[in-house]
Amino acid sequence: MSPKTLYDKIWDAHVAHESDDGTCLLYIDRHLVHEVTSPQAFEGLRMTGRKVRAPEKTIAVPDHNVPTTLDRAKGIENEESRIQVEALDKNAKEFGVHYYPVSDVRQGIVHIVGPEQGWTLPGMTVVCGDSHTATHGAFGALAHGIGTSEVEHVLATQTLIQKKSKNMKVEITGKLKPGVTAKDITLAVIGETGTAGGTGYVIEYCGEAIRDLSMEGRMTVCNMAIEGGARAGLIAPDETTFQYVKGRPHAPKGAQWEAALNWWKTLYTDEDAVFDKVVTLKGEDIQPVVTWGTSPEDVLPITGVVPDPASFTGGKVEAAKRSLEYMGLTPGQKLTDIEIDTVFIGSCTNGRIEDLRAAAAVLKGKKIAVKRAMIVPGSGLVRAQAEEEGLADIFKEAGFEWRLAGCSMCLAMNPDQLSEGERCAATSNRNFEGRQGYKGRTHLVSPAMAAAAAITGKLTDVREMM
Amino acid sequence: MDKFDKLSGIAAPMPLVNIDTDMIIPKVFLKSIARTGFGKNLFDEMRYNRDGSEIPDFVLNQPAYRAAQILVAGDNFGCGSSREHAPWAIADFGIKCVISTSFADIFYNNCFKNGILPIVLPQEAVDVLMKDAEKGANARMEIDLEAQTVTTSEGESFSFEVDSFKKHCLMNGLDDIDLTLEKGAAIDRFEAQATQARPWV
Ligand code: SF4
Repeated sequence: MSPKTLYDKIWDAHVAHESDDGTCLLYIDRHLVHEVTSPQAFEGLRMTGRKVRAPEKTIAVPDHNVPTTLDRAKGIENEESRIQVEALDKNAKEFGVHYYPVSDVRQGIVHIVGPEQGWTLPGMTVVCGDSHTATHGAFGALAHGIGTSEVEHVLATQTLIQKKSKNMKVEITGKLKPGVTAKDITLAVIGETGTAGGTGYVIEYCGEAIRDLSMEGRMTVCNMAIEGGARAGLIAPDETTFQYVKGRPHAPKGAQWEAALNWWKTLYTDEDAVFDKVVTLKGEDIQPVVTWGTSPEDVLPITGVVPDPASFTGGKVEAAKRSLEYMGLTPGQKLTDIEIDTVFIGSCTNGRIEDLRAAAAVLKGKKIAVKRAMIVPGSGLVRAQAEEEGLADIFKEAGFEWRLAGCSMCLAMNPDQLSEGERCAATSNRNFEGRQGYKGRTHLVSPAMAAAAAITGKLTDVREMM
Repeated sequence: MDKFDKLSGIAAPMPLVNIDTDMIIPKVFLKSIARTGFGKNLFDEMRYNRDGSEIPDFVLNQPAYRAAQILVAGDNFGCGSSREHAPWAIADFGIKCVISTSFADIFYNNCFKNGILPIVLPQEAVDVLMKDAEKGANARMEIDLEAQTVTTSEGESFSFEVDSFKKHCLMNGLDDIDLTLEKGAAIDRFEAQATQARPWV
């Protein structure tokens, strides 16, 4: 048998039908659903009289529109947001899928809830009408975002029409330096490949620095595979993965656990397997990074200066000019001189317990110097754990708002938004124009770097505070 | 779904690279639970001032391009979120074809589900088409999906690649779900066998 990559193995185990031209029906093991990209899909089913084929493999949770303020039990003020969440309530009940409503302590960002509840397991195919589905690749699951028409297709058929992508390997060798985190790895990779560098590929992340990461860190890395243009990101499952999964509510138990484990242990890239593209970064070379522009590829080490648009080529010259104007920055300005108004820690990239621990380690006993700062845990259970560990007290004493779970200011569909010109250090994944609010300015950073910026009021090299 | 066969239309030039889905349709418009009506908010923040007045410089606000049916865009068009509201807005505006050197994967797939043809061409070809688009309303571009060609107003022609299955569906306006349900027996077989091999799923 010819050697296979991890992607090849998972793909081969899920092809339900292959046409002569190579178009496949890929069987989907887990379908995650949130309120923004699903109403039209459920409506489509209703109009055609179709059912959800596998409601027991379909998990719904509202996250994008939900308020994260402590008084949210009183309901959603914005009418359209409320209608969307109510539509999900109704659809989940009508079609009989698993559901975590806003009132459930397990509610949270769909990509945090899935792994936390043990819905996401190694070797699975996972889809969701959301590009950051890539997150679940951290378990060695083939996971990618789909559009609403595809959501409807998966609901109705439990399959997806797909052609196979190419294989790309991203290797991070060696060890990370202190102060450097999973977020810095994933941003550094995008800085290296560009936002279109992964287009047409499924990325497998490997190497010592990746192996050394916790599951939380691996999820952060895979989460942003999409920002690099890849269809999905993958990390081969290992002991770290199995330990994380074991005992979760929907993880297999007893004899099934043993059977599952046996299969999961075969999920790695064979030694002689060939990748279509390889990118290698040295772990030691990666520094804490920040973005200066309005594309996630606009990444520089915190020690750098704002670049000159003329230093780019092609269409990027204009794009960089436009970015700098939007961001209100001038070429040559030191990144550490950039003053920050707001700090946002949260999102499916960095809203897990380990992220909160990293922020708390920097914030302990300090006070914020920014206008506002908020921490939005990725799920109700992350929030509960952070309270138990005493992290919540550290945040509150530092002057952070301690919120309830949701997407919040990652995309600002709920009231958590930047105002015009407001500059934010954010642990989320997109710094697009208007992403966090109309004319809001976003600098993407790790949780530790966000905490450092909160204390000094400027973009700051967290290594100087350690 | 509308069929796509041949198209002769005005092409609007948008040379900016990395035009993302937040630019195509900002999230404030994602709150609808309908599929239609997004066209007026296509490129909303680039197209309108905060008070709702038009920004005259924006390409689709210029008289020559108000009826554009084709977009010629910079690299990596449609990057960002999976929101199908992006192609819904594009289609609702009346644009049926987008040409670029590259597209983000999910956006590319979403186009085909909504009767939009995304065309990938090399930089040199996109450069020529961009120049042609800059000529305005008198220059009509021709797209022939059957023959897989784009022709400029001057008669210069470029061939493009497109997946045969996607082409077939687009040309015939076929519904994916119907096509897949025809293969129901294969899905049943797979499901039965997978349940045995991986009962924990
Ligand atoms: S946290 Fe942000 S990126 Fe993640 S699912 Fe929510 S909106 Fe999308």
